[in-house]
Amino acid sequence: MNAPIPRAATFPPALLATVALLATAPLWITKVGLYPYIAVEVMIWMMFALGYNLLLGYAGLPSFGHGAFFGIGAYAFGLAQLKLGAQLWGALAAGVAAAVVAGALVAACISHRRGIYYALLTIAFGQVFWFVSIKWHAVTGGEDGLLNIRRPALDLGFAQWSLASNEALHYLVLVALVVVVMLLARLVHSPYGRILGAVKQNEARAAFSGHNTWLYKWSAFVISCAVTGLAGSFFALAQQSAYPNVMSLHSSGFVVMMVLVGGGLVSFWGPLVGAAFFLLARDLLGAYTETWLLWFGLVFMAVVLFKPEGIAGMWRDGARRLRPASP
Amino acid sequence: MSAFFSAEGLAKRFGDRLVLQDVTFALTEGEVHGIIGPNGAGKTTCFHVLTGKHKPDAGRVMFRGQDITGLEPRAIARLGIARSFQLMNLFDDYSALENAMIATRPLRAVGFDTWRPAADARAAIDRAGAALEEVGLGTKMAVKAGSLSYGDRRALEIAVALAADPQMLFLDEPTAGLGAEGIDRLAGLVRKLKGRITMLVIEHDMRFLLGLADRVSVVHWGQVIARGTPAELRADPWVRRSGMAA
Repeated sequence: MNAPIPRAATFPPALLATVALLATAPLWITKVGLYPYIAVEVMIWMMFALGYNLLLGYAGLPSFGHGAFFGIGAYAFGLAQLKLGAQLWGALAAGVAAAVVAGALVAACISHRRGIYYALLTIAFGQVFWFVSIKWHAVTGGEDGLLNIRRPALDLGFAQWSLASNEALHYLVLVALVVVVMLLARLVHSPYGRILGAVKQNEARAAFSGHNTWLYKWSAFVISCAVTGLAGSFFALAQQSAYPNVMSLHSSGFVVMMVLVGGGLVSFWGPLVGAAFFLLARDLLGAYTETWLLWFGLVFMAVVLFKPEGIAGMWRDGARRLRPASP
Repeated sequence: MSAFFSAEGLAKRFGDRLVLQDVTFALTEGEVHGIIGPNGAGKTTCFHVLTGKHKPDAGRVMFRGQDITGLEPRAIARLGIARSFQLMNLFDDYSALENAMIATRPLRAVGFDTWRPAADARAAIDRAGAALEEVGLGTKMAVKAGSLSYGDRRALEIAVALAADPQMLFLDEPTAGLGAEGIDRLAGLVRKLKGRITMLVIEHDMRFLLGLADRVSVVHWGQVIARGTPAELRADPWVRRSGMAA
């Protein structure tokens, strides 16, 4: 029987495996036919997917416009650097802060809704931000976006590292990802996270238990946007640019697919798996056919129809079958 | 003397249908008060108005001298009023213990703590555990609510309400769907809580209510048509004619 109140393991095997795999990636990634930059991109999308899953998986709130906050993080990172002369920390902070402010405003307009109405409103807001990014030339650079974003050095006060190489960037993003994972793993097992799950399962009862359900839904959106904005900042840092496509409906859809295929609804770790699966599919299938997204879309539909618990669910079932004796 | 809890002249209209009109009753502290009536009499609407789900069109609801008419459910809960739900309304993915824990005051106090594990919230867990023991679910604390039997789920409903340490408890058709054995278990529980918690019980099982309540209000066509102790009601010609006093 499981513990009545679940508790996060201090060093869960999934975290150790993820770190081991990603920390050694620069050593083997070219040997398996991939290129170093893909690992950076995978980790950035992992972070985005984790932040997104706080909302979709844990709060049960379907946002289909989350790409907007990823884009806002990317643009804010670039603008802080290009217009205000910010260095790494300042630009990252700007990316998170911009996504948080935008998220707080949007969440204030939608947190009294749920289900399909919630989803439609998030799409609408997402499209508004995307449109602004295209049309507000003076600030966003229009359809070209922000070019020439630099990779400032990582300055820890006592030492400095250049982030010019993808390898250096790889380790910076890895550290950030691990921090995000550990904070979110704590959060979902904290009183806040458990009450959020209660609001997801039965909002009326949670309200009758004296909880401010609106505030939980609002704050979950804002926290999710903070993580998403951080991921977006790293994306601008890695790509050395920010462009409208980042905040389009496509990228909102990609993160949904990553989370669902990976199994975010049943596992904290699902989004990590899903992000890696999606980007590897993009590159490996994409090498054979331009229409890779069609094939991936079919896989996505098969998962949603036949195994809504995703890869994490398959893994869990498989592990159960191998160890029938354990509960 | 002002009543512990009272409803004064409540009226509620849905479209052109008058569901409640001039509903008035008062409870003293520690009393078990029954509201009884046939299906469609307005019992559940009355319940929703009292617990904040609907706002009344007229009248007011007073709790310990405070006007709570039209307050949000959350605010009413925080004043110390807990309710059970007629429809199964639990957090099915959570264990029985966690269901009760979510309702406790100590958990509410740390609700925005995103750092410490919920499994370390000792005060909340202890309170929830005691509530489960009280309703006889002490051995099923780790069972997911969705996997409990019907009778156990009803008991958990009440444990969740108790875990909030209410001064007043509203039970909405607590016997619905229960067999004779389940009803006996429930009656035993209500008897145990009697005197400690003021209770308002909505029921259409007359025998259950007449055996437990200090006083009963009979609601029909959205109005209180009779009230009194169970003994008085058994003798009331209106109630006898309605066929409710089985």
